[in-house]
Amino acid sequence: MERRDFFKLFGAGAATAAVAACTGKKPEAAGRKKEPGSMTLRKSALGDDVSLLGYGCMRWPTTTDDQGQTVIDQEQVNELVDYAIEHGITYFDTAPVYGQGASERVTGIALKRHPRSAFTIATKLSNQRGDWSKEAALKMYRNSFEQLQVDYLDYYLLHSVGGSSGETGSMEVLQKRFFDNGVLDFLLKEREAGRIRHLGFSFHGDQQVFDYLLQRHDEAVAAGQRPLWDFVQIQMNYVDWKMAQVRSQREVNAEYLYHELERRGIGVVIMEPLLGGRLANLPQHAADQLLQRDPGSSLASWAFRFCGTFPGVLCVLSGMTYKEHLEDNLKTFCPLDPLTEEDIALLEKIAEDYVNHPVVPCTDCKYCMPCPYGVDIPGVFAHYNKCVNEALIEEDRQDPGYRKARRAYLVSLGRNLDKLRQADHCIGCGQCLDACPQRIRIPGQMRRIEAYTENLLRDTSPL
Amino acid sequence: MLRTIRIVAAVLFFTLITLLFLDFTGAVHTWFGWMAKIQLLPAVLALNVAVIAGLAVLTLLFGRVYCSVICPLGVFQDIVSWLSGRRKGKKNHFTYKKEMKWLRYGMLVLFILLLVAGLNAIATLIAPYSAYGRIVTSLFAPVYGWCNNLLAAIAAHFGSYAFYPTEVWLKSLPVLLVALATLIVIVVLAWRGGRTWCNTVCPVGTTLGLLSRFALFRPVIDTDKCVNCSLCGKRCKASCIDTKNHAIDYSRCVACFDCIENCSSHAISYRLVRGKKGSAPTGKETERSHDAQRRAFLAGTALLAGAATVEAKKKKLAEGVAALQEKTLPPREVTPVPAGAVSRKHFYQHCTACQLCVSECPNDVLRPSARLATLMQPEMHFDKGFCRVECTRCSEVCPTGAIRLVESAADKSAIQIGHAVVIPENCVASRDGVSCGNCARHCPVGAITMVPAPDNDTLRVPAVNPEQCIGCGACEYHCPARPVSAIYVEGHDVHKER
Repeated sequence: MERRDFFKLFGAGAATAAVAACTGKKPEAAGRKKEPGSMTLRKSALGDDVSLLGYGCMRWPTTTDDQGQTVIDQEQVNELVDYAIEHGITYFDTAPVYGQGASERVTGIALKRHPRSAFTIATKLSNQRGDWSKEAALKMYRNSFEQLQVDYLDYYLLHSVGGSSGETGSMEVLQKRFFDNGVLDFLLKEREAGRIRHLGFSFHGDQQVFDYLLQRHDEAVAAGQRPLWDFVQIQMNYVDWKMAQVRSQREVNAEYLYHELERRGIGVVIMEPLLGGRLANLPQHAADQLLQRDPGSSLASWAFRFCGTFPGVLCVLSGMTYKEHLEDNLKTFCPLDPLTEEDIALLEKIAEDYVNHPVVPCTDCKYCMPCPYGVDIPGVFAHYNKCVNEALIEEDRQDPGYRKARRAYLVSLGRNLDKLRQADHCIGCGQCLDACPQRIRIPGQMRRIEAYTENLLRDTSPL
Repeated sequence: MLRTIRIVAAVLFFTLITLLFLDFTGAVHTWFGWMAKIQLLPAVLALNVAVIAGLAVLTLLFGRVYCSVICPLGVFQDIVSWLSGRRKGKKNHFTYKKEMKWLRYGMLVLFILLLVAGLNAIATLIAPYSAYGRIVTSLFAPVYGWCNNLLAAIAAHFGSYAFYPTEVWLKSLPVLLVALATLIVIVVLAWRGGRTWCNTVCPVGTTLGLLSRFALFRPVIDTDKCVNCSLCGKRCKASCIDTKNHAIDYSRCVACFDCIENCSSHAISYRLVRGKKGSAPTGKETERSHDAQRRAFLAGTALLAGAATVEAKKKKLAEGVAALQEKTLPPREVTPVPAGAVSRKHFYQHCTACQLCVSECPNDVLRPSARLATLMQPEMHFDKGFCRVECTRCSEVCPTGAIRLVESAADKSAIQIGHAVVIPENCVASRDGVSCGNCARHCPVGAITMVPAPDNDTLRVPAVNPEQCIGCGACEYHCPARPVSAIYVEGHDVHKER
């Protein structure tokens, strides 16, 4: 055989092997890769089809007008809405207060270009602040029709119940906004008249309010009337599922909210499935775990699939400012591939770490430095974040990974930071606070990191 | 056979005891801490009757096997002597010497007198176990630390956590000098004459020699078999075989069994006896040593380790970090001693300054004293760390009972070894006008309360409740005031229970 032939043969063989190696690595991704299909649908209380993916119209794309003002870019909105409807999205969620008051009008213009049966619209009674009179509420309600250019609303919500206002407690606010002034009675009549097809509320905050509204619902059902609520909008995502109360004392775990609604057969609309976008931007180790499980899927898709997996969920809202988001979400929802129990367990573990050990959003700009007491502030944060990102944070001494995590944490701490530069030497003078462009509460974070380190040091077993 | 057993056992003991002093992770101690506790002098100081009786019985049965197996300084001398004997033509470099009774017993008497007078610091200069401890901790440990740091740097490069760096710092210059002097004396004596130290200076060797005279098992020369080659005497590192008279001085014999192994006519045997006999054959020439190569290798490694350490130090200071003034020690009148020491008097009377606790202390609190009265015996300072309530390592390792075992963190947190004292004018609250409270925040027993500063109501300065304070030094360590902390620990002469 000629040398050239040998090389040709050899080269071809190598190429085949390389291709085989590449394709061999992907069976998992290929296995989950699905042909684009149609949007997964759920049924509303009236039996209407609801696209499981809903369009949140709070943050439409903007542009600068002739006067240099930032305005919503109607042309882009039209394109997005067209694309969404074309791909099966039927649920559009807006509110009088969105887009600095412009969202309803812009959304209305875009939707007007489609037959009324091609979409459903949800808007809200956003009388949160200021005037709680019936007149003001009715004005807001009627204005929504005008702005949206419709003669009925598919979904109407009492906007953001459960919050308090200044000195006024959350229950009192609820009473004043909807009960004392007869607004709720009015809306119920509107529903009977067909101008509101589904009535519901969006919930934020105090569980007492939530429980009270469901109690009213139960009373109506017991009295043989039409159920009070056709749907309810709650904040739900895999972090808030079980960890909302840990994350913030004012929050209620979505698990509770969802189950309360589900057992009453009330459709659940979900807001903040990405926890304000944060679940699309996870710490590295969490991202790695998800990518390893499915290299082809975005981090956001995991969060959406989590919500969509629950059968009681009517619609998952996503504020899709950019077409890429819309496209990625359509991939997730057309049709939705429910999570397995294993997947859910993994997400719950990630949620736990996410809540218990949040990374510090330090960018190492060093504006806080030098610390007059010698603490290497960005160094402390960088080390802690590195450990969070490498999943080296483990507090439970019974956990099988604890020993390894402890060793790695303490060893790398010693490698990276002089003893006298560590978090325990922060005296909390607060001189760094104003310097931080990320507005990190540096002394507080130092306490948190020190407490974690101290806990590891108290364990006297050898490294 | 007997010699092989002796060598294997000796190497085992020697390696592990050396590791006890070198290991900074605390792992070795968990398993082999007892090796320090069966050393004779520490056992005497700890009044550990079982160990003392055991060693006495051992010596009465088999001679001074303690000296050739258990004592690390003895084995160390054997190693030096062995290296010396590997030189060309130096294999049979020992000769019989007469016992220097006046020196041996003079040293023993002096040693005992010093101990009785409470001058432990001086007496321990010649105590074999602690002398070896000092040599290892001040001379070998830095090398060990540097090598470890080199490995740690390499591991860090590859993102592994297998090794982690340790701080190598000069804990005490006097101890270093004493250790260096001891090492030189030991090496010179061992290089030239094998076990000269053990049979002239060492108080433990002399004491055991008193017993080994009457040992049941001894090497005995069979004059019928002996061909008078005198090889046994030339190979006896204790210089105790009088070949002319076929006599062995059993008070100096360290039961190394070299003579038995070397006797070509099998005239020496180790057996149950009550009498005196002797013998001797001839010897062979030596092999070549690879000393030069080895030396070059060691020098190279040391250089490399040194360079890596310097490099590692450089990396630690990130840009933009304020320089920190070194802390100087506060005006402490009474230096505290660790929980378990009962009182400073008890502590200093029992401590042999072996440095085991110093090398074990994971918080860099313990270090040898530079004061004349307590020279080389440990004391506590809090500029590099504080005495963590949950750590009881020094009390676990102390072989002499100078630091008695503290069972648990709960026990330790009840022992007051000292109390904190405030220097108000140093406090950053009054000096820099910032709020701090780092001392109160880190106090494990809540003995510090922040009270309004005398000159400024909005700022707070610490006030100590001495009834609660245990003297752990967390406040002193965490105090941001430099060079002298605004709060420091003053030791108690006698420890109290809370």
